[in-house]
Amino acid sequence: MTQSLTGYERYAADFEALEGMEPPNGSAWLRGVRREALAAFRRLGFPAERRGNERWKYTNVAPIARSTFAYPFDVDMDAVTEAFLRQQGPWSDDWARLVFVDGRFSALLSTTFDGDDGLRLVNIGAALHKDGGGVRQHLGKLAQSGDGFTAVNTAFLGDGALVEAPDDTTCERPVHLVFVSSGASPDRVSYPRALVLAGRNSRLTLVESYVGPGDGRYFTNAVTEIVAQEGSGVEHYRYMTEGAGAFHVGSSYVRLGRGSSFRSTSFGRGARIARNGLSVLLDAPGASCVLKGLYYTTGSEHVDNHIDVDHAGPGASSDQYFKGILDGSSKAVFSGRVLVRPNAQKTYARQADKNVVLSDGARINTKPSLEIYADDVQCFHGATAGAVAGDAIFYMRSRGMDEETARSLFVHGFASEIIDSIELPALRSHLDRMFSVGPPGGG
Amino acid sequence: MLEIHNLRVSVEDTEILRGVSLAVGEGEVHAVMGPNGSGKSTLANVIAGRPGYEVTGGDVLYDGQSLLEVMPDERARRGIFLAFQYPVELPGVRNRQFLKSALDAVRVYQGREELSAREFDKLLREKVRETGLDPDLVKRSVNEGFSGGEKKRSEMLQMAVLDPRLALLDETDSGLDIDALRLVAAGVNRRRSPDRAIVLVTHYQRILSFVVPDFVHVLLDGRIVQSGGRELALELEEKGYEWLRDGATAGDR
Ligand SMILES: Nc1ncnc2c1ncn2[C@@H]1O[C@H](COP(=O)(O)OP(=O)(O)O)[C@@H](O)[C@H]1O
Ligand SMILES: [Mg+2]
Repeated sequence: MTQSLTGYERYAADFEALEGMEPPNGSAWLRGVRREALAAFRRLGFPAERRGNERWKYTNVAPIARSTFAYPFDVDMDAVTEAFLRQQGPWSDDWARLVFVDGRFSALLSTTFDGDDGLRLVNIGAALHKDGGGVRQHLGKLAQSGDGFTAVNTAFLGDGALVEAPDDTTCERPVHLVFVSSGASPDRVSYPRALVLAGRNSRLTLVESYVGPGDGRYFTNAVTEIVAQEGSGVEHYRYMTEGAGAFHVGSSYVRLGRGSSFRSTSFGRGARIARNGLSVLLDAPGASCVLKGLYYTTGSEHVDNHIDVDHAGPGASSDQYFKGILDGSSKAVFSGRVLVRPNAQKTYARQADKNVVLSDGARINTKPSLEIYADDVQCFHGATAGAVAGDAIFYMRSRGMDEETARSLFVHGFASEIIDSIELPALRSHLDRMFSVGPPGGG
Repeated sequence: MLEIHNLRVSVEDTEILRGVSLAVGEGEVHAVMGPNGSGKSTLANVIAGRPGYEVTGGDVLYDGQSLLEVMPDERARRGIFLAFQYPVELPGVRNRQFLKSALDAVRVYQGREELSAREFDKLLREKVRETGLDPDLVKRSVNEGFSGGEKKRSEMLQMAVLDPRLALLDETDSGLDIDALRLVAAGVNRRRSPDRAIVLVTHYQRILSFVVPDFVHVLLDGRIVQSGGRELALELEEKGYEWLRDGATAGDR
């Protein structure tokens, strides 16, 4: 029963086939990591249980667990061009970038850096060969706490992005990681992977984009690990627009050192089921994170933002602010969990989620939670389960605007609070445009 | 201009307007008065086309044509304006863009050209001055964080910019201090002209000392129980509504 749900055998068969294709001089270390992860996946399966499954309470992943998603052994790297990518998501010629097609590294579309400009931006596969040390120390470590999705991503670990900002370095050039699904054949899965290492007192700006064709059934199962060392500052953006028939599970793991700061904003649009999972561990004094998000769902889409903040050390602060716009018969989930451990005195934690519902059929499940085991803390949470936009839309129409203009102005206004705080002009203008027009296909 | 014939309106199976008839001609100023809950906002909202009301009988004609099947945006483009009793906050929607989009829509419908950005800004500055609204408020999001009085004046600014033929003001006078009330009244008086009409909905007669209506109607329990000239407002001020209520229920039986 469990086996038919996890579909373990299907993944194991692809795993064997992939391992068989490895060159004999491949990294033994990596082989070990993958085998371990496959074993973990066998144990964990996909989190499809409906009972007692708090982390996936409002998102049923049975459609993913039941499907046969195949590893893309044949990726046509020429199928994706730069011109195509420019249309798909945010873009700036000033950004350094690594591009992955169905998880496979595209040297052609990427601009790698190996220490010049103070930045190391290379394919993980290549980095493991050259100097395994730093990479081995961190790759897969934070992700060990993950669920079956993360485990199966690690089991197929091959190409991926390594972003390294050395100690005391300010990386002026924003880094763009583009993960594009080709949609070349139905039911393919890709395993985007990124490891981001921000050295002591370094500064880094990072954009992750997950894009795919508007139609078609595919599965993107992504894992990102970010380690921010003492005194570092990471500005992070995560942009996801997958097709309406796609499945997307993103799992990000962040660890913040003493006095470091992590500012992250995620944008989610589209996908039949999309999950944006973010776990932040604050275990050193003075670490701070600001986690923002904006999601827009239409049709029968389903977007789930799940944020885990672990205050494991004293004197750290975390601030979550998410906004959602729901249309059609779509569904959105926001669950944020803040854990303040007994020794985490002087913690500041806030979480808030605001939603607006544009149609009768849309639904939001919001479930913020604070678990506090220390006494000298300031913690707040608030959620508005979904103000109905009807009065606002009527107000605008009563001034002469047609319904479409009214909705578009309203949606843009609601989103602008988040969009206006983006520090990258190219990303800001992209999102500005995206939220100025009605949803694709109407709603 | 506006003719309401025996209008019956229900909300969630409760009848709120129980046969209202009213005619408003060009150049006229009417006051609709009545205590809270008598159906004044319902009447104004139905004329503006707000969803959620079920018209179970009668008709509303504007320039001789029924409005009931006309979308609210088209009513606005034809020149009907409702100043809301509770104006809606629109976070992130800037006043300028809001007003420009609205005016563009109205002008295009009426076969006129959209104003250029420069022409619009000139018009807006003028109307802001007239309305006496703080220009800094205009730079902010529509009604967001505005005080009650600021919201009412923001409605007056919208009215001044859109220049409707029929303006319905739902309790625009309530919650205003005397200076604000004078400003609002001046704005309304400025609109008096032979081809425009104004309907003031209010439960105080206070504003009527500044805007002198041609006709006063008393709405009570969903019915117009009395109509008259401006002296009726003064009588209401003195005697309240109860004497009319008794008469109404007596006539009902
Ligand atoms: N949307 C609504 N849902 C339920 N009852 C309503 C609604 N709108 C108005 N009513 C009821 O209709 C009656 C008249 O309301 P309203 O038109 O707002 O009166 P007024 O503006 O004269 O104070 C009141 O009893 C009110 O409770
Ligand atoms: Mg009212």
